[in-house]
Amino acid sequence: MKRHLISAADLSRDDAVLILDTAEEMARVADRPIKKLPTLRGRTVVNLFFEDSTRTRISFEAAAKRLSADVINFSAKGSSVSKGESLKDTALTLEAMGADAVVIRHGDSGAPHRLATSGWIGGSVVNAGDGTHEHPTQALLDAFTMRRRLVGADASTGQDLAGRRITVVGDILHSRVARSNVHLLTTLGADVTLVAPPTLVPIGVENWPCEVSYDLDSVVGTSDAVMMLRVQRERMNAAFFPTEREYARRYGLDGERMAKMPEHAIVMHPGPMNRGMEITAEVADSPRCTAVEQVTNGVSIRMAVLYLLLGGNEPALTATGTSTRTEESK
Amino acid sequence: MSKILIRGAKILGGEPQDVLIDGETIAEVGTDLGAEGARVVEAAGQILLPGLVDLHTHLREPGREDSETVLTGTKAAAVGGFTAVHAMANTFPVADTAGVVEQVWRLGKESGYCDVQPIGAVTVGLEGRQLAELGAMHDSAAGVRVFSDDGKCVDDAVIMRRALEYVKAFDGVVAQHAQEPRLTEGAQMNEGIVSAELGLSGWPAVAEESIIARDVLLAAHVGSRVHICHLSTAGSVEIVRWAKSKGWNVTAEVTPHHLLLTDELVRSYNPVYKVNPPLRTEADVMALREALADGTIDCVATDHAPHPHEDKDCEWGAAAMGMVGLETALSVVQHTMVDSGLLDWAGVADRMSFRPAHIGRLTGHGRAISPGEPANLTLHDSAYRGVVDPAGFASRSRNTPYEGRELPGRVTHTFLRGRATVVDGKLA
Repeated sequence: MKRHLISAADLSRDDAVLILDTAEEMARVADRPIKKLPTLRGRTVVNLFFEDSTRTRISFEAAAKRLSADVINFSAKGSSVSKGESLKDTALTLEAMGADAVVIRHGDSGAPHRLATSGWIGGSVVNAGDGTHEHPTQALLDAFTMRRRLVGADASTGQDLAGRRITVVGDILHSRVARSNVHLLTTLGADVTLVAPPTLVPIGVENWPCEVSYDLDSVVGTSDAVMMLRVQRERMNAAFFPTEREYARRYGLDGERMAKMPEHAIVMHPGPMNRGMEITAEVADSPRCTAVEQVTNGVSIRMAVLYLLLGGNEPALTATGTSTRTEESK
Repeated sequence: MSKILIRGAKILGGEPQDVLIDGETIAEVGTDLGAEGARVVEAAGQILLPGLVDLHTHLREPGREDSETVLTGTKAAAVGGFTAVHAMANTFPVADTAGVVEQVWRLGKESGYCDVQPIGAVTVGLEGRQLAELGAMHDSAAGVRVFSDDGKCVDDAVIMRRALEYVKAFDGVVAQHAQEPRLTEGAQMNEGIVSAELGLSGWPAVAEESIIARDVLLAAHVGSRVHICHLSTAGSVEIVRWAKSKGWNVTAEVTPHHLLLTDELVRSYNPVYKVNPPLRTEADVMALREALADGTIDCVATDHAPHPHEDKDCEWGAAAMGMVGLETALSVVQHTMVDSGLLDWAGVADRMSFRPAHIGRLTGHGRAISPGEPANLTLHDSAYRGVVDPAGFASRSRNTPYEGRELPGRVTHTFLRGRATVVDGKLA
């Protein structure tokens, strides 16, 4: 593993599988009465959030705390950042306070890359979503959820997603989740198909290692997982599609479309959901929908990422096992 | 009268000759000229060019003296071998009145390093709604002939038409920054394979090409001349080539950076590569070089755009667009056009001096190197190899995309009407 996690494209197959396997170990901890490991005791993790995202922030916060790290939440709102302080000065401040890892969410694509390569800070940088670029831990938790559901939690150690057919539906153009998933899922051997109206597919997508379809009905029947992306209603005002209703009719997932999916296939959503827009309540609340599970898995994945970035080079599973025993012996 | 003898220089890359400067003019050109009473500049092996002329320079004064002033900008120009620059109008206040253009013109006179020809704004405040007093700017001491809202496109077709028509009265030209605004809202880089991966909003080639297509048709319709600023795409080249084949009065410029750099560099998210129009693809770069070589593109213009350090030392989205270019322009042109065999030194003289001077209607620049002509000259050591170090720039700003890159050639001497502004690569 590299020192930072900026893009899902930085992960080799073995890196990705190691993270998923480590997350499985972490998930087992979550089933225990005491959900805490001493692994990152004395280390400081800063959540540097330039965009509001309570879900992602508390997920990282829970992950870091379960590893016994000290967590500092730095929200741009109401801080010096909103008074015009630059990313550089904010970074220098965090560095002066001794941050071992900075988890950054930023509205500008490339801001985490800048933070990691500019020499402003020495710690690890974890991209928690940058603009319309990437959101690698989301892709990892998505892959983790797929592996658990499609391969099984117990049988999945060391396994990837070879041959699985994953369909990602929605606003691909503006989606950092889609970009990270295309990189990661193809690295793990899955076949990815993106489905969207042509207006919401980026120019240049022909270079991506995936298929593109404008017709949801033609692909749901052969998908092992269908991931619905949130579509902002405001996109309508920029003429990306005519109306909400037309979008929902052509690209939304309702019970009828879900019924065409193979029996084992799952429905995923990174949240927050626009019920009635990209997904109906019937689908969202069905047992095939993994949206809530994805949230749970997000904590395990982020524990694994922080552990692997900060926890040194020893084999993750052994170390985790040791830590677990230590915790139990108390 | 001070005399200078430039000995053994290859005029426009030709056979070695001597050039004797007497006062402000070239007195004699020949072999084995006597050196009595003259300071001798040994120029064996070096290329002698007419003083370079830049049609597109942001000197930032008045208003943004933290990034450049007329003085520092003209020093940078002299170091780069330029003897005349056209100062863009997007200052604070905007150069949209006779008062502002005369101020810039006067500051240029005082600097003494390089002639400064102010460009006037086409519309008041660059807002694209009401024509600025173009006639007053032309009639002022600054004698403005080139008008541009550069930084913004004159996107209203009627305003553009009227501007093109109006400047015919004094042989003016409208220099268009071709960028369809609706197609480029929030645009951060060239739209294509790289932007799709990086998640940066795309600036599509069609946003440039559609405006150029419209404007060459408008220029033809009203019988005026139009100049296209910083042409950046292969499609734009095709449109200009077609317009010229019709005999229409269309000229175009290309920047050094669009002749060399591509959008692949944006993968670093380093804002030093953020520029408008954006860096394009390898295919565009090759088309631009071909077009400059065959004359479809008339000239090289730097679009020298200084920015203070903090405006580039930040995340991509927050960074300013633009690159400094005066001090590296000739080296980049040598690298991309001469060393690649596309253009000879006479061609460089044409694209970087004769033609830009003609487009700007500068009578004292872009002249032949022959007796009686003003001694505006640039001596270039094409054999030199060096690594670009912005710390040594004369410009107040350092936002160069070439830091650490090896580029060929170096301007050793620049003469402005017989006076050396640069000697041995250093400001005189």
